[in-house]
Amino acid sequence: MFAPFLLKLRAAGLPVSLTEWLALVGATRAGVAEYEVENFYFLARATLVKDERHMDRFDRVFAEHFRGVLPETTITGELITRDLPEEWLRKLAEKLLSEEERQAIERAGGFEALMDLLRQRLEEQKKRHQGGNRMIGTAGTSPFGAFGDNPEGVRIGQEGSRRRSAVKVWDKREFRDLADDAALGTRAMKLALRRLRKFARQGEAEELDMAGTIGATARNAGTLDLRMQAPRRNAMKVLLLLDIGGSMDDHIRASEELFTAAKSEFRHLVHLYFHNCPYERLWKTNHRRAANMIGTEEVLRTYGPDWRVVFVGDASMSPYELLEPGGSVEHWNEEPGQAWLKRITGHFRRVGWINPVPEGHWAHTRTITLIQRLTEGRMFPMTLDGLDRMAKALR
Amino acid sequence: MRFQSTDRYIASRDLEVAVNAAVTLQRPLLVKGEPGTGKTVLAQEIAKGLGLPLIEWHIKSTTKAQQGLYEYDAVARLRDGQLGEERARDVANYIIRGKLWEAFTAPTPVVLLIDEIDKADIEFPNDLLLELDRMQFHVYETKETVAAVHRPIVLITSNNEKELPDAFLRRCFFHFIRFPEREVMERIVQAHYPDVRKELAAEALNAFFLLREVDGLKKRPATSELLDWLKLLMAEEMPPEALRTADMKVALPPLHGALLKNEQDVHLLERLAFLHRGRRS
Repeated sequence: MFAPFLLKLRAAGLPVSLTEWLALVGATRAGVAEYEVENFYFLARATLVKDERHMDRFDRVFAEHFRGVLPETTITGELITRDLPEEWLRKLAEKLLSEEERQAIERAGGFEALMDLLRQRLEEQKKRHQGGNRMIGTAGTSPFGAFGDNPEGVRIGQEGSRRRSAVKVWDKREFRDLADDAALGTRAMKLALRRLRKFARQGEAEELDMAGTIGATARNAGTLDLRMQAPRRNAMKVLLLLDIGGSMDDHIRASEELFTAAKSEFRHLVHLYFHNCPYERLWKTNHRRAANMIGTEEVLRTYGPDWRVVFVGDASMSPYELLEPGGSVEHWNEEPGQAWLKRITGHFRRVGWINPVPEGHWAHTRTITLIQRLTEGRMFPMTLDGLDRMAKALR
Repeated sequence: MRFQSTDRYIASRDLEVAVNAAVTLQRPLLVKGEPGTGKTVLAQEIAKGLGLPLIEWHIKSTTKAQQGLYEYDAVARLRDGQLGEERARDVANYIIRGKLWEAFTAPTPVVLLIDEIDKADIEFPNDLLLELDRMQFHVYETKETVAAVHRPIVLITSNNEKELPDAFLRRCFFHFIRFPEREVMERIVQAHYPDVRKELAAEALNAFFLLREVDGLKKRPATSELLDWLKLLMAEEMPPEALRTADMKVALPPLHGALLKNEQDVHLLERLAFLHRGRRS
């Protein structure tokens, strides 16, 4: 009974291994769950799920797998959307709707029409939320809501008992909000960015210099002479230029994660913002106000050529923004964007561009191709492999 | 040994099961959750509930895994050796025991809290894998192996600042403390301040949950902030009417410094209140 459950969890994309499995079996045998279904659910969750983002997926698999085994039948929205059990809907509707209401439905096209509508609605919902994360009715779009039904939506799976408490904990799916299918975790990003490290000794001398001490002590005829040195630190200096233009809205999450990863990896990290294309000024915070402005000339003067510059942006804009004076969408720029890009790439020896747009689509956007040329082919997709390639190119 | 809610700490049932599983199988329990939901307090309560001593190891960004095991003070030994002190002959005199060593060799089982493991370097959890798994480690200087007399109950907390490696997670039980619902929160308030006036607590909770729903707050107030705030309100003998939620939109709640720790959040609320006032007049 348990082994298929494990396989189902793995099939659902939960990283469950034998270690956790044995722990669950061991804990069950030790009587932690005390032979109570709910406790068993809690135990299984504590053992098999290691990330709150996976809890919702776990709840779904649990509900599906233990449906027949558990005393009360419970079905999640996910299952219903897969094969709609018409019998239940009918029974439910009959039970919940008053005589007049049913007549009203008859007039509007009858039960069949209502069922069709419901089924259609469910399919739509499923398509819209690709993760299949919504139970029917929770969004309040189910046609049953219109008939003043249970405010929690269509409650199939609780035939005969309408007690609220009958809803199983795992059917509540309280962790829905935390579910997330992000491909790139911060941890993975950090590991990729680590390739960009370059160590150098800097700062206070607070570490014992072993070789130096031995040498000095020997020269001192055996009397201890301690030598200290500065610890090795990551001396890589990174200037991060982030695009916060409108077209980047889709990629905000990924950019934020990248930023978080970079922030903790580099001691010398400066980040500035631009809108679509860098011109004669940049911004220090993402509220682009005059007070936060910094001239691009000043940036070039402040940061030496040893800084690595990493642009994060989709490089998708109108070609005018890049090629023509006055092409900017928000102000009159004396010089075209490409002049500024050339200045930046000319001053800093190593410049990379991370693009959240999938690599396969790059050729379709003219400005991406142009900027790729301007950065000497150092444009990389925002994937682990891309970060890796960039780290190598900028070393 | 069973852990359950106490009159001071309200634990949900899933948390009880998770703690008991970790205690029974003697594996670490990893606890995550919003800051201020009682992760660190949990360790103290487990220790108190089970009647065991608590050893706390607070992790900082500079903490190394080795420091939890032991440190060899080579410099002190070298100095002593130079001065011809007798104790320099034995290397064991210069081994400084870490928190894990302390926990392993304690005469009774203990609760070991490894607090905020995500603060440390990204490799930190990996360096402790074997030690937490087998509950033993080797001291190279003295060639001895320190093994746990009693396997300690290990509680690890994380604020999600860094992701933890899979191999590490595989060895832990996991619990995510969700933000308590209103009823639970009422019980928590009751448990901490049994003599709080009913109306005051009710109004404070209204204001608190309303505040948590404001969009765009950088740090939403959590349980510990609410408890601090209530304490202040009680100390000031604030009348419950002053907290009426209808007024919340017009002005910030009194003594909001206890609830909002971020000046940007205070500005945000002030701006909202201002907008609202403008609309009403």
